[in-house]
Amino acid sequence: MQYLGVDLVKPKAAFFDFSSCEGCQLQIANNESNLLDFISLMEVINFREILTGGKDDYEIAFIEGSITRDDEINRVKNIREKTKILVAFGTCACFGGINKLKNKFNDIEWVKKEVYGNYPVETNDKVLAIDEVVKVDFYIYGCPVNKPEVEAIVQSIALGREFRYLKHPVCFRCKEKQNICLYELGKICMGPLTRAGCGARCPSNGNSCIGCRGPAAEPNIEFMKKIMKKNGFTERQIRDKFELFSAFKWEK
Amino acid sequence: MIFKTISKKDFNKFLEILIENNNFFAPQKIAKDKNKKPIYDLREIKNIGDIDFNYDIIKYPPRRFFLPYREVISSFKIENNTWEQNIGYETKVPRVLLGLHPCDINSLNKLDKVLLLGDYPSPYYAIRRKNTFIIGMDCEPKPFCFCRSVGTHTVQHGCDLFLIEIGDSYFMEIFSNIAFDFLKKVKTKDTTKADDDEYKRIRKLKTEKFSAKVDVTDLTKILDMEFQSDVWKEWGDRCLGCGSCARVCPTCYCYGIEEKIDLKFQNAGKLKILHACTLVDFAEVAGGFNFRPEKHIRLKYRYYHKHRGFVEAYEESLCVGCGRCGQACLAGITVPEVISSIRE
Ligand code: SF4
Ligand code: SF4
Ligand code: SF4
Ligand code: SF4
Repeated sequence: MQYLGVDLVKPKAAFFDFSSCEGCQLQIANNESNLLDFISLMEVINFREILTGGKDDYEIAFIEGSITRDDEINRVKNIREKTKILVAFGTCACFGGINKLKNKFNDIEWVKKEVYGNYPVETNDKVLAIDEVVKVDFYIYGCPVNKPEVEAIVQSIALGREFRYLKHPVCFRCKEKQNICLYELGKICMGPLTRAGCGARCPSNGNSCIGCRGPAAEPNIEFMKKIMKKNGFTERQIRDKFELFSAFKWEK
Repeated sequence: MIFKTISKKDFNKFLEILIENNNFFAPQKIAKDKNKKPIYDLREIKNIGDIDFNYDIIKYPPRRFFLPYREVISSFKIENNTWEQNIGYETKVPRVLLGLHPCDINSLNKLDKVLLLGDYPSPYYAIRRKNTFIIGMDCEPKPFCFCRSVGTHTVQHGCDLFLIEIGDSYFMEIFSNIAFDFLKKVKTKDTTKADDDEYKRIRKLKTEKFSAKVDVTDLTKILDMEFQSDVWKEWGDRCLGCGSCARVCPTCYCYGIEEKIDLKFQNAGKLKILHACTLVDFAEVAGGFNFRPEKHIRLKYRYYHKHRGFVEAYEESLCVGCGRCGQACLAGITVPEVISSIRE
C-alpha cells in the first residue's frame, strides 16, 4: 500500500504479555469501527489474545506487563534478541505499574500472605519495569494505553515518520474540555505533573488524574507538592498518588 | 449611539424570539465549588427559564465560539497519487450569545484586529463573528477583575446590544442595525433623563468598586528594561508549564497544525489546535530543537506578547483584565502580581 506515492512499511509484529491484567492488549482489540484497518497496518504474527500459534520472526515486539519472575526475565531477554524494535506497552511495562507497589515492602512473605492467602505463588522480591531488564526502544504510556494514541503511533511507523509525544501535562487538555478543575472542587489531581495524551480521561469524568501515564517532560514536582499541601492534602494523600504506578519518584 | 429601555418582561419576549430562531447560548449554573459557590458558564438554552441571570462570571471565555480549541481547517480525499481538497467554512444556524461582560466583548475586538483586520484575515473566524449576535451585560467587579486598568471595562463596539439593569428594566445600548431591527418586534421606550441619571450613577458606582489593579504606565518600556530581570526566574520556578492560563484566556490565539490521516490512508486533514506559550513543546520544531527551552522564558514571553508586543503593534494590550488566568493558575501566578513585581 502507498500514501501519496510513498510505500508504507508493514512490520511483522508480535504482542507478549508479562505480569499484568492484559487490559492494554485488550485495548488493541478495542474500537471495532477501524480495528481491521488498524490490524492491517502490521503483519501480526504472534498475539495470544487474538491468534493461535504464533511465529518468531517479528520485527517489532510489544511488551505488556512488568517482570516479576525469573522465567519472565529469560523470556523478555529472548524476545529482545529476536526483535528489531522493542516497545514497552502500557504503564506496567514502562514503569512497573501497580505491580511495583510490592517493592515498598521489605517482607515479601507477608505480602504474599496478605494478597494470596495460602495459595502458593512464585514471585520475585522486586518487580522490574521492562527497561530495568532489557533495552526499550519506545514507550507507550497509560493504564490502559489510549487506543487512538496507539493507532497514531503504529500509523507513524507505517509512514516512516517520527511519532512525537506530547510533552506537556494533562491540565492543558483538561482545560480544553472546559472541565471545572478538581482543585476547585476540593479534590486532589496529578494532572499538572502527568504527561498528556489520554484526552484528560479521568478529570473529564470527575475523577482525579492518578498519574497513570507518568511524568510530563518537565514536571514541576517540588512546587506542585507544595500546592497540594496548600490545598489541604496530607503528605500521605499526596504520596499515595505519586506512588500508585511507580512512575513518579517520591523522595524529597 | 441609540439608547432605549425595555422592561424585563418585554426583554424576555425578545429572547423567546431569538431562542426560537437561533442557537442560543446563555449563562447557566454548571457546578458548585468546594465552598458551595456556584460556577457559571455559557450553555445552549432551549427555554428562557434555563437562563441564570444571577451569574457572576462566565467560566470559559467566549473565544471558543469563534476560535475553537481544535478544528479541521482543511480535509483531503486521497486517491492514488492525487488528492482533492475540501475547505468548509462553518455556516450553520446563526448563533446568539447572551451575557458577555465588557472584558469578553473587548477580547473579541482585540481578536478582530488580528484575525479580521490584520494582514491575513481568517475566513474561519470571520464567518463565525458575522454569524453571531451578541448581547452584552454589565457586571460587578470581582476581586480579581482589573479590566479598568487596561481600559476594557466599558464597551464601545463589538456587540449588538449591551444591557445595564435598572430596576425592573434594562437600559439598552443598541450597537447594530440588526439589533435595532429585531427590537421592533417588541416594546421598547426612549430613555428619560431619569434613566440617563441612573445609568451614570450605576456606572460610577462600578468604577469605584475595582480592587485589583495593574499599573500600565510606560509598561512597554519597563518591560524592555527588565527583560533580564531575575524576577522572571522566580515566577518561572513556580510555573507548572500546564498552559491552563492560555486555555482560559479570551485573547490567546496561538496555534499549531497537525496532519491527521485515517487508518485507510484515504482521508487526511489539517487539524488546528490552539496552543499555549508556556508549554515545553510550544516552540519545539522538527528535529527536536526548542527555541524556548526554559520555563521562565516561556512565561516571560506570554507577558511580553500581551503587554509589550501587542501594545507596540496595536496601541493597546492583548490582556482584557478578566483575571481568568490568575484564577485558573494553581501556582498562583496572576497578572497584577507579576506586573507589579516587574515594576518594583
Ligand atoms: S482537574 Fe486536574 S488535570 Fe484538570 S486542570 Fe485541574 S489539576 Fe489539571
Ligand atoms: S487522566 Fe491521568 S490517570 Fe487518567 S488516564 Fe489520563 S494520565 Fe491516566
Ligand atoms: S502560569 Fe500558571 S496556568 Fe500558566 S502555565 Fe504556568 S502554572 Fe500553568
Ligand atoms: S492574560 Fe489573563 S487577565 Fe489578561 S485577558 Fe488573558 S486570561 Fe484575562
